Amino acid sequence: MTEKIIVKGNVKGKVIKSNQPINFLGSIDKKTGSITDHEHDLSGKSIKDSILLFPYGIGSSVGAYTIYSLKSNNVAPIAMACQKVDLTVASGCALANIPLFILSPDEYDSIKDGDEISLG
Amino acid sequence: MELTREEEKSLSGEHGEVLQTAYRILSATGEATDAERLVPIHWAHVSGVNYNTIGDAGEEFLAGLSKKAKFRVRTTVNPMGYDKDSVEKFGLDENFIQKQESIRKSYKKMGVTPSFSCIPYEVYDMPAEGTQVAFAETNAAIYANSIGKLKTNKESAFSALASAITGKSPYSDLRKDDSPTMSIAMKVSDPNELTFGLLGYFAGKVADKSVAISGVKSMDKRCNKSMCASLGTSGTCGKFVLDDNSDASEKVDFDEKEMQKAYDELNTAESGDLVTLGSPQLGLEEMTDLAEMLRGKAFKKRCLIFCPRAIQEQARHLGYAGQLESAGCELLSDCCTCLTPLVTKKDVDSVTTNSIKGAYYYKNSSGLDVNLKPLSEIVRDETS
Repeated sequence: MTEKIIVKGNVKGKVIKSNQPINFLGSIDKKTGSITDHEHDLSGKSIKDSILLFPYGIGSSVGAYTIYSLKSNNVAPIAMACQKVDLTVASGCALANIPLFILSPDEYDSIKDGDEISLG
Repeated sequence: MELTREEEKSLSGEHGEVLQTAYRILSATGEATDAERLVPIHWAHVSGVNYNTIGDAGEEFLAGLSKKAKFRVRTTVNPMGYDKDSVEKFGLDENFIQKQESIRKSYKKMGVTPSFSCIPYEVYDMPAEGTQVAFAETNAAIYANSIGKLKTNKESAFSALASAITGKSPYSDLRKDDSPTMSIAMKVSDPNELTFGLLGYFAGKVADKSVAISGVKSMDKRCNKSMCASLGTSGTCGKFVLDDNSDASEKVDFDEKEMQKAYDELNTAESGDLVTLGSPQLGLEEMTDLAEMLRGKAFKKRCLIFCPRAIQEQARHLGYAGQLESAGCELLSDCCTCLTPLVTKKDVDSVTTNSIKGAYYYKNSSGLDVNLKPLSEIVRDETS
C-alpha cells in the first residue's frame, strides 16, 4: 500500500489531514503541538498523537528541530505520511524516531480526515 | 541506498553512538531522495543555532551530542539569537542567554567556525564550481547552487549536521540533476529587490526543486539575496537559473496580479514602528551602498541592521559602520531578523522591512504586522 517507508514503525490511530504544505518552523507550537499559523487549514488543531497526513514540508531547515522538539515534549504525531518527502521532515522524523511514510497518490486521496487507519 | 562496509558498520553502531545517529539521518534522507550512494562534501553550513528556534529539546540534544561529536569538514553556523555586544540593551531574560550560551559552546566544542551568519557565501571565498557542499540555511543553499554554482540539496538542520559529522551526503536530487522542471516568465517591469523577493515567494509555491526564470537579464546582489531567501521560505525549491530558452515543460507567468497577491499576503501595515534590514544579513557591498544612500540623512525611527561579525569589522575598519551609525542605524552581528528575540510584540506592533523572508516570520512566528517596501523607499520615507 505504502509507496515508501522512510522511518520504520507500525502505527494505528486517527488521521489529521491537511491539504496544505507545512513549514514546521513558525507554524507549530512545539510545546503543545498546536498549529499556530492562522492561514493554515489545520489552524488551532493539535497534531499530538495523530497520524498526520500533509502533502509535504516547506521552508526553514530548522523545522527538523521542531519535529524533534514535539517528540521530546510528548506532543508529536505518532506517525507522518506525505505525498512527497523533503529533507527537513525526513531527517526530523529519523532523529525523533517518528514513523514516516510516503503514500501513493490514490492512497493519499482515499484517506480522509478523522479516519482510523493502520500504517507500517 | 548502497553503503560501503565502513558506512554499514557506522550505521549499526560499531563506531559509536554519534556516527550511528548521523548515518541514521543520512539513511533516511538518502532513502527519501532515492540516492544510490553517499558522496564526500567539502563544507557544511548548519542551521539550528538560535535558542528561539530550537528550544530546550534542541539545546539538550546539542549538549549531549557535543560530548562526543567532532566535525570532519569545515563547518560554518547560522546566526544565534542576539549580539553579545549589545544584548543588555534588549532586556532578554537570563534563561535565554544561558541556553543560547550553552548552544554556542556545544557547536564550538564540535569544532565549528564561529561565523554565526546566514550568508557564508559572503564571508568566505567560494570553492570551485561543482564542489559538493551541504548547506542547511535555505537562502545559502539556493545562493550556493544558483549563483555560486556549487552543489547542495536544500539540506535540513539535521542532514547538514550529519554531513558535518561524517563528511558525506546522499548523492541525489540537485546534486545529481538540477535541470529546471518549470519556467517562470517575469512580466513585471522595473523590478527592485522587493519585486524579486515576491517573485521568489511565488516561485517557491509553484515550482518543485529547480526553476528557470525568463525575462530577466541580470540581477544585482541585493536582488539575488532577496530572491534566494524568499524562494527558500515558501517551498521546496533549491535552485533558480536565469534562462530565456529553458526547455522546462511547465510554463507560468509572474505578472502584476501575482505580485500583488504575494504582497497582500505579507504586507499588513501602512507603516512600521521599527525598521529592520537583513534576512539575509547584509554583506559589505550592501552596507557601503546603504552608507552612500544615507549620506546627509538620518533615520527618524529605530533602524536595526543585521550583518555578520566579520563584515561588521571590515565595515568598521573602512569607515562605513561609523557612517551608518551616524545616520541612526544600529549594527547587530551574530544574529538576524528571523525569530530573533530582539524584535517582539512586547516592544513593537509593526516592522518596516524590504525582506520577504523576514516579513513571513515576523507575521507567522512573532505575530507582528509588516510594512514591506524596497530599500529606496525605506530611505525616502523613514529618514530626514
